[in-house]
Amino acid sequence: METLSLLLQIAWTFFVIGAFTIGGGYAMLSLIQNEVVAAHGWITESAFTDIVAISQMTPGPIGINSATYVGYEVLYGATGLHWMGVLGSAVATLSLILPSFIIVLLIVRFYTRFKGSTLYEGTMGWLRPTVVGLIAAAAVILVVRTTWTGCVPSFEIVRENFADWKSWLLLAAAFAASLWGRVNPIIIILAGAALGLLLY
Amino acid sequence: MKEVPLWKIFAVFAKIGAFTIGGGYAMIPVIRSEMSRRGWISEDELPDIVALSQSAPGVMAVNISIFAGYRLRGVRGSIAATLGSILPSFLIILAIALFFTAFKDNPWVIRAFKGIRPVVISLILVPMVDMARKSCTTWWKWLLAVLALVLVAFLGVSPIWILMCVLVAGFGVTYLTERKWKR
Repeated sequence: METLSLLLQIAWTFFVIGAFTIGGGYAMLSLIQNEVVAAHGWITESAFTDIVAISQMTPGPIGINSATYVGYEVLYGATGLHWMGVLGSAVATLSLILPSFIIVLLIVRFYTRFKGSTLYEGTMGWLRPTVVGLIAAAAVILVVRTTWTGCVPSFEIVRENFADWKSWLLLAAAFAASLWGRVNPIIIILAGAALGLLLY
Repeated sequence: MKEVPLWKIFAVFAKIGAFTIGGGYAMIPVIRSEMSRRGWISEDELPDIVALSQSAPGVMAVNISIFAGYRLRGVRGSIAATLGSILPSFLIILAIALFFTAFKDNPWVIRAFKGIRPVVISLILVPMVDMARKSCTTWWKWLLAVLALVLVAFLGVSPIWILMCVLVAGFGVTYLTERKWKR
């Protein structure tokens, strides 16, 4: 009974996180931290930091990774049973994506009805260049860290992503292979891993 | 278009999920190559899907999957795509939770990731270049893109505010200038 109420709590908590996170993975992190570490005390601060590190090294969105890990930890911690941990993972992960599912399906219906109308195309003519800028920003943030002291910005290279000058060569080579060679991105990632093992 | 089998949607998105390291934007190049190669989603549709996926709450990569799955086979397609795209990360994190938490300190893993991370950034940049060629057709559209870049990357403004403002402005201006919007 206690386990069931714990499962329901996890389901509700991750449902709320899924519904109120706007703006992607890193926005979601602060919400998860707030709910799971501070409000419920389900995992410790250092365990949370580990999840973030693991999420950066493994495939998949950081929000999904955190939900999976926390769901396992909490249920396994409470019952000592591995299969309960797996159940907790599944409940947390599915609860997290349920709000997106409902909302995106609503948007999709709207989209298919209005696609092609002048108003839709006109608005999209504004949104598409904005998305280009947002994607550029996502890439820039991974390379340069900006800190502000008053009105004076200072920039530094993100060392976790750019270890040394060889990183820039890797970036340039991957850019050329992808833009002009149209090499499959999966092959480029695997090549990056192989070169990382060779160069470092 | 021939009806795409659900298992195939599931399998392709599982492949996409397995190779997405570093969040939603890193998913774009993989989605693009897998989707346009199969003729599932055209290159022109991709910016729309990204914009709409970002405007909805939740994990962007999941939103893209729901969206793309729906385009292929309706609600059932979106369920297949979503489960497919989260399955690899679900299994990997579960395995890590079950077996090796010390995994991240493995020197081989650390070295491989030193090579992967810069490469991932290029893979984000290339679809951006392609999108810019198609969508930044006038000077003010370039300005919009640069403005969004500066606000988010250097001033820390949340992308959602920018999208909301541009949505309202674009809608308003189009509505006022193009009165013949009713089909």
